[in-house]
Parts: sequence; C-alpha cells; structure tokens
Amino acid sequence: MNALVEIQNLSTYFKSEQGVVKAVDALDLRVHEGETVCIVGESGCGKSAAAMSLMGLIPEAVGSIVSGEIWFAGRDLRKVSKEEMRKLRGNELAMIFQEPMSSLNPVLTIGEQIMEPIMEHQGVSKKAAQARAVELIELVGIPRAKEIAKSYPHELSGGMLQRIMIAIAISCNPRLLIADEPTTALDVTIQAQILDLLLKIKEESQTAILFITHDLGVVAEMADHVVVMYAGKVVEVSPVVELFEEPKHPYTQGLLRSKPVLNQRKAKLYSIPGQVPNPTTLGESCYFLDRCDQCLDICRVKQPPLRDGGDGRKVACWLYEEEITRGK
Amino acid sequence: MENNLLEVHRLKKYYPITGGLLGRTIGHVKAVDDVSFSIQKGETFGLVGESGSGKSTTGRTILRLLEKTEGEVRFQGIDVHALNRQELRALRPRMQYIFQDPYSSLNPRVRIGEALGEALLDHGLLPQAEVRERVLEVMALCGLATYHVDRYPHEFSGGQRQRIGIARAIMMNPDFIVADEPVSALDVSIQAQIINLFAELQEQRKLTYLFISHDLSVVEHLCTRIGVMYLGSLLELAPRDELFLEPLHPYTKALLSSVPLPIPKKKRERIVLQGDMPSPANPPTGCKFHTRCPYVKDICRQEVPAFREVSTDRFVACHLV
Repeated sequence: MNALVEIQNLSTYFKSEQGVVKAVDALDLRVHEGETVCIVGESGCGKSAAAMSLMGLIPEAVGSIVSGEIWFAGRDLRKVSKEEMRKLRGNELAMIFQEPMSSLNPVLTIGEQIMEPIMEHQGVSKKAAQARAVELIELVGIPRAKEIAKSYPHELSGGMLQRIMIAIAISCNPRLLIADEPTTALDVTIQAQILDLLLKIKEESQTAILFITHDLGVVAEMADHVVVMYAGKVVEVSPVVELFEEPKHPYTQGLLRSKPVLNQRKAKLYSIPGQVPNPTTLGESCYFLDRCDQCLDICRVKQPPLRDGGDGRKVACWLYEEEITRGK
Repeated sequence: MENNLLEVHRLKKYYPITGGLLGRTIGHVKAVDDVSFSIQKGETFGLVGESGSGKSTTGRTILRLLEKTEGEVRFQGIDVHALNRQELRALRPRMQYIFQDPYSSLNPRVRIGEALGEALLDHGLLPQAEVRERVLEVMALCGLATYHVDRYPHEFSGGQRQRIGIARAIMMNPDFIVADEPVSALDVSIQAQIINLFAELQEQRKLTYLFISHDLSVVEHLCTRIGVMYLGSLLELAPRDELFLEPLHPYTKALLSSVPLPIPKKKRERIVLQGDMPSPANPPTGCKFHTRCPYVKDICRQEVPAFREVSTDRFVACHLV
C-alpha cells in the first residue's frame, strides 16, 4: 500500500547565535490514508519543526530544509511551486495549532474565517460558503451555530476556539490533518471533548492525522502508529499497543516510567537523569548517551542508525543491533 | 485540632466588577467563595481544578499575598490576616510560595547566588559571612551544581529554574510551602525529577505543602488529601485513596475519567462533560456545577448543596450523594 505521506531523510536546520541547530535530523516518516500517526517527544525534539517542514512553513529567516524528500499523494512537496503549495495548504493539507487564539484573526467574525478557505479552494459562492460554515460549526459540536458564525474570536472560550480551528481545518475535506499539540492549552474536561471530536472526524471521513504531542496519555488514546523523537532524531517507531507494552529504546522506556499514572501510584517515580543535550554541540555519539542507564562502549563513538526489526517496529539503539541482524 | 498547621475557615476573595459612567461596583467575581479546609503538619494537601476554579487565588490569599474579603486563615494558630505589616513580615520566612514559572520571578540581572541569599539578608536571618555557605548548601540539596552560583537566570534550563524556585523557598527554612503548578511547564522526564525533589525535601525537612495543580496524576502521586475546586468552591475533599478509587462528586468523577491514560485500547467509561465552565462573574444558581452535571435534578438548580462530612474526613457538596 502506498503511503499518503512519505518523508525520506528530511533534515531541517535552524540558524542560531551558538551555531546550527539540527532541528530535524534525517527523519523518515510515513502516514497511510485513514491512519493516525503521533509524533511524541519533549520540547525541542523537533516534532513541530517536522510538521512545519511538511507544511512548507519554515520561515526562511530562521532556517530551512537542507535535504530529503517529502512525498504527499504522489508529489514531492519540496519540488512543487509556491503557488501549488498554497493551493494544497488548507485544502488537501490542513493544520491546527496549540493556541487557537493566535491563529485566528481578531477582527474577522468566526463565520468569515471559516468561509475563507472554502471560497478560496472550492470556488463556491459566498452564500453557499456561509451555509457550509454554519454546517461545520454544528458538525464540531457547537450549539447556536448561526449566532456563533457572527461572533468574534474573543467572545469564545479556548475549547470553542479549538473547535472552530478544527472546523476550518476540515472545511475542504483534507486528506491529511496535522494537529500540533491541539489540546495542550486546554483543561482536561475540554481536552476530552476535543479528542473525541478528532476521533469522530477520523472515523467518519477517514482523514489521516499527524498528531504531535508530548503527552503519552494522549498518544495512547489517539495513535495507530507512534514516532518517538529525541534531539531531532527518530529513536523509535512502533504500532501503539506494542510501544506501550514493550518499549524498546531506553528513552521511550524512561519516558513511560517517569510519567505518573492515575491509580498506579508508586512510592518513588523513576526519573531520567540529566537533561536534553545542547543542540548546537552534538557530536558523533548517541545523543541519549549521558542519560542512558544501559549504554555500551559503541554508543560513545557512533550514532545508532534507525533499524527495521521487520515486525513493524524500528529502533535506533545499539542494544538491539545483534537481535536485528540475527533476525535477518 | 492540634495537628493542624493551617486552618482555612469560610475564606472568601471577591473582586469587584465596575461599570457604568461613575465606575460603580455592579457585581463581584467570586474567585474564592466560602472555602474551608485544614492542613495537618507534614502532609501534602492538593488543590485541583480547571483554570478559573480559584485554586491559585486560594493559595495566594492563604499566604496573604492577596487580602481576603471575608473569612479566616490560621497558621499555627496565628490569624494571618489580622497581623500588622511588621508581624506579617516576621512570619513570612515560615510560609513560602513557589510559582509555576520561576523565571518571571527572578531578576535577569542578578546572579543566582545573590538572588537566593537576598531574602536571608533582608530578614536578618544569617550574618553576611555565612550566607554564601548556606546558599551553596541549599543549591546542592536542590540538585543544582554549586559552581553555577554566579550564573544569571537565563543560563538555566526550565527544570533548573524550578530547582532555583524551590531552593529560594527552602532557603528560608520554612514550615509551609504553597506550590502553585510547580511542574506544569516541565517536560515529563524533568517533571519526574522535580516531583521526587519535592518528596525528598518534605521527608528531610518535615515540610507541609499546599500543592496546587490541574494534573490529577501528579496530585495522586504527591498528595495525602485533596480538595476539588470548581468556580471558587470546594465540591469534594477526601484522603487520596478514597478520592481516586471512589470519587463521590459527579464533577470529580468526570475529571478523573477525562485524564488520558498511557494504556492504549483500554476501554473506559468516560464521562464527557458538555460545554465550558461558566463565568465566575455570573455563576449558576443552586449548585454551581448543575449546568454541566449529567445527573442534574430540579433541586440542584434551586438550592446550594451544603459542603458536609459524609464519612470520616470525607466532604462533598452534592444533593445526590
């Protein structure tokens, strides 16, 4: 089966005063039709930079894609013209962000903002777009849709605004929806509403979702496949059940052990020692070296490649080298 | 009770809403509305609730960083809001506050060592000559490298800054610390380090905490008793195991069922609440939760349910319990 999104060897570098930051370092990623792939990792691991690269939204002043291919529905997005990319965005490719308030225009009504991409991409009349906007507001579960269409962003709560963002994103029936920490700024009861809504959209329209989050609970709830990133690199790829049942990479293991879980209280929490390395001074060794409790001699001198275990799982760790080569 | 370090009795904190041409008070935001609880010596009392529930305002009013509207706060028997400036200042070192974002409470031009020692000198708790030694000692205790003593705040990572926030509170050798969302801005791996640090410090120094958080898993891990707030009121108060295993209030149940668990494909009965929390400026009549409660009855719209003890040390405000 061909993937809807196939990213190969993508590297996105940012310029900083201290030097070059390899925000995304040789990323491989695949999303199939109707599938939800979660990218999980901590701040600065490159998960948002990966999504922005895919959308072609890395600002030139800060950084750029230096290598790789981004295939989306049979086209290499790095090779399409700006004009074509503009036609794809908001149409076949849609995105929702963490802060809905900062992505909405405060002086336009909610209705106008939902109508904009519909009129732009589908060439329908203003009247038809208006009707569609009201329909979409109802679809994302907001009552009194006609009234809401006439209101301005500041009149709505954070949870409602995120629903509006989702309405805008799905307005042109995208094939891929990218959600970058869409519930991080919301309270947990509102988060539950938004996650339910995204699951419903996925089920009804078979939209593929690339979901970016730092919350392992949200991953377990949303993902079919999981990509774990650390310091710009993919360290593990796995179907969701297997990842939580038997995490392979020491970082994934550490993350899962250090999260307090409801009704599973332990006397002491495990914690990964140290902190994320400085991204400008990374060397040849494994990036997780200083924090790893299982490290080998080879980890100090050579970075582990991302190896395919043949069982749908990939891991970038020397601990599995023997197991994987033996299996082949 | 003799064991109580802190007693909060019918505490209220209202903010006036002004309007009209003359700027008269036309209403109140009841940020904290008749809240009572006590904290025992050596325990960690958790306050949970969503944004706007009044948990931070409660914490700040307890330490008198905000003036109360009504009610009483007794710290080791002392009526905190009855003290004059001088007396309050003398009490300050014994009750400390830790913020969510310690960076915004640090002066960017002051070296960490100085920032940590400042309050000790100000309160005259230690002679100048001994301050630096104490700073280094507390830094080490809080997991900060002592050779970082002369660095500036911007040179530290988020986790280290929270360690600085904790060190600054510990420096005064307090009995009681109010920690307001201290781990909410941190990544999981760093969050675990800081949670463990809170637990270690408590054991070593016999500290009492009021731990304010919206994260129920963190609260379950750290707290011995927990109060659940909604729109300025406590809806439920219970010891940890009771609250998490057998929540009584419909809001607590919904809150607990909303937390995504890191266990894929696990089927849970989830109570998804409809709508948003109403505005605290215009709270619903009767039970404040009735607009979102899946079990609402007529009485809930009319009468405010009493916050009453249903079994030993378990309190709940609900007509249906």
